[in-house]
Amino acid sequence: MSRIKNIFRQRKHPALIGYVTVGYPSIEYTLRVVPLLAQSGCDIVELGVPFSDPLADGATIQKASYHALKNGVNLQLCIDIAKQLSEKVDIPLIFMSYLNPVLSYGIENFCRNTVDANVDGVIIPDLPPDESLNLESIAFNHGLDIIYLLAPTSTDKRIELVARKSRGFIYLVSVTGVTGTRQELPQYLETFVNKVRKIALQPLCLGFGIANAAQAKRVAAIADGVIVGSKIIELMQLDDKMSEVQNFIQDLRNVIDEYN
Amino acid sequence: MLPDKKGYFGSYGGQFVPETLQPALEELNAVYQEIKKDNEFWAEFDHLSHDYSGRPTPLYLAERLSKYCGGGAIYLKREDLAHTGAHKINNALGQGLLAKKMGKKRIIAETGAGQHGVATAAACAMLELDCVVYMGEEDIRRQALNVFRMKLMGAEVKSVNTGSRTLKDAINEAIRDWVTNVHDTHYLLGSAVGPHPYPMMVRDFQLVIGKEARQQILEKTGNLPDYVIACVGGGSNAIGIFHPFINDKDVKLIGVEAAGRGLNTMKHAATLAKGRSGVLHGSKSYLLQDKNGQILETHSISAGLDYPGVGPEHSYLKDSGRASYVAVDDRQALEGFKILCCTEGIVPALESSHAIHYATEIAGSLTNTQSILISLSGRGDKDIDIIAEAMKLN
Repeated sequence: MSRIKNIFRQRKHPALIGYVTVGYPSIEYTLRVVPLLAQSGCDIVELGVPFSDPLADGATIQKASYHALKNGVNLQLCIDIAKQLSEKVDIPLIFMSYLNPVLSYGIENFCRNTVDANVDGVIIPDLPPDESLNLESIAFNHGLDIIYLLAPTSTDKRIELVARKSRGFIYLVSVTGVTGTRQELPQYLETFVNKVRKIALQPLCLGFGIANAAQAKRVAAIADGVIVGSKIIELMQLDDKMSEVQNFIQDLRNVIDEYN
Repeated sequence: MLPDKKGYFGSYGGQFVPETLQPALEELNAVYQEIKKDNEFWAEFDHLSHDYSGRPTPLYLAERLSKYCGGGAIYLKREDLAHTGAHKINNALGQGLLAKKMGKKRIIAETGAGQHGVATAAACAMLELDCVVYMGEEDIRRQALNVFRMKLMGAEVKSVNTGSRTLKDAINEAIRDWVTNVHDTHYLLGSAVGPHPYPMMVRDFQLVIGKEARQQILEKTGNLPDYVIACVGGGSNAIGIFHPFINDKDVKLIGVEAAGRGLNTMKHAATLAKGRSGVLHGSKSYLLQDKNGQILETHSISAGLDYPGVGPEHSYLKDSGRASYVAVDDRQALEGFKILCCTEGIVPALESSHAIHYATEIAGSLTNTQSILISLSGRGDKDIDIIAEAMKLN
């Protein structure tokens, strides 16, 4: 069984998944903050590979991506950093990358080197399952989970397609929109999760827009995992000592643990 | 006829977009497949093309330009005379009508040179649709006239200050808007790029250029042209004029990209000449990218060609050898611009000036029984400030 799937099997509580852009605000910071996220209660960490044209991302991650690229980050460096991190932390790591850097690196090389670096899964926001190329079979051979996304606009037919193909878990996009913190999550969250739940057997993790404990609590009540990204990046901007990041993750952990 | 069902021209094309947009693309494709067979729709399109855009646009024998080059006869397909000053109105009207069919009340668009933005603003005003146009900060600066025109027609112009602040970034921002407002918004993409069905749909609405030109040149000369030449940024005017000639094997199709400050510098936008296959803005095509798959910043004196990607059908035509692609730099484009102004009294867009320059380079080697058809895709009023600046430097 994949290490990602195992997280949901083992835990009695919904999972907490944190996102960081690799190399933002610095490579050294990434190497320190990921172990901190693990200690503070994250069950899985997503490592964002920066891209020049992150069209599914809002202002916060766009900016982080831009800075990371300025810091010289590329996919090879992300793989090297992931390898170092996997020696420091025991939780599964997932890459989140746009498709073009992966294509440029070569799909076979990418899958092999990613698995060698002990990364367990990959999320590619601009690669829907309809276009999965030969990535799926190559990833499968290497034991790398390809995690697909579903959105509130997804039809039953598309939910069935993703339910057949997504491995590890399914990433539910909470809002029609790009990444970034939101004051309010939409009314239809529960309906959306239930609709997917009727079709898919995988754990369902919900992300996009989650910025505080109250929102995390609402998501934890219905989903198998809570994903936070932009809020963590925003806190990084404020605090180099990382205590704000740590407090935020601990707060989320506490409210999420009320559910089982 | 290509593309196949999944939107592929050979190995290029496809639908590489976030999941949120997949259902919208499915809907768009389904509605488009329906209207493709809907005579009423095309009657309305033809009616507006005629009465509103002023089609058919003339085919003009540029005698003095031909004489100046001293070889073959040069014919200009006068898309610069279409309403709003460029071929872009063809696609804006087509997609505007389509949006109405789908019940979408809000239109978003991206624009580089502003020609597509102006065409979209006009179509939206006439079809009573709300219109938001995304435009890079750099392009807003260099195409101020078009920004004003869009606003006059009731469009909201949103400045994009991310990345290179040009067309590529305007498309990123339009896609982000579309992801957010997909329930009531149609993305009126202006070039033959993007996810399926856009490259096919934009081509189909632009086919009118080539269909008219083919018939017109046959009527005038009794022969097909030896060359068809068009500038290529995303490639909508080029695919529109090329396509009706694809089965005429003796007609050479030549796309002209922007070599900017030179193909050996990092300051150009010659995607087919210098790029390699990749995925950007929803489709697989040639792409200007670095060794790590990051998209490169581009440069061209013409905002409309200043784009690191190209329509997937052009990538296919290049690989299959049916069309060939060359590049013309900023300085040469200015020469093309000047020569058309003073030989024919026509002020071309800087984009089209690339095609004109290339035609003047080869015309001299042709005999006087041979001919060249150039897509004069737009008029150059919008470029006057840039040209004045560039001439001062020269």
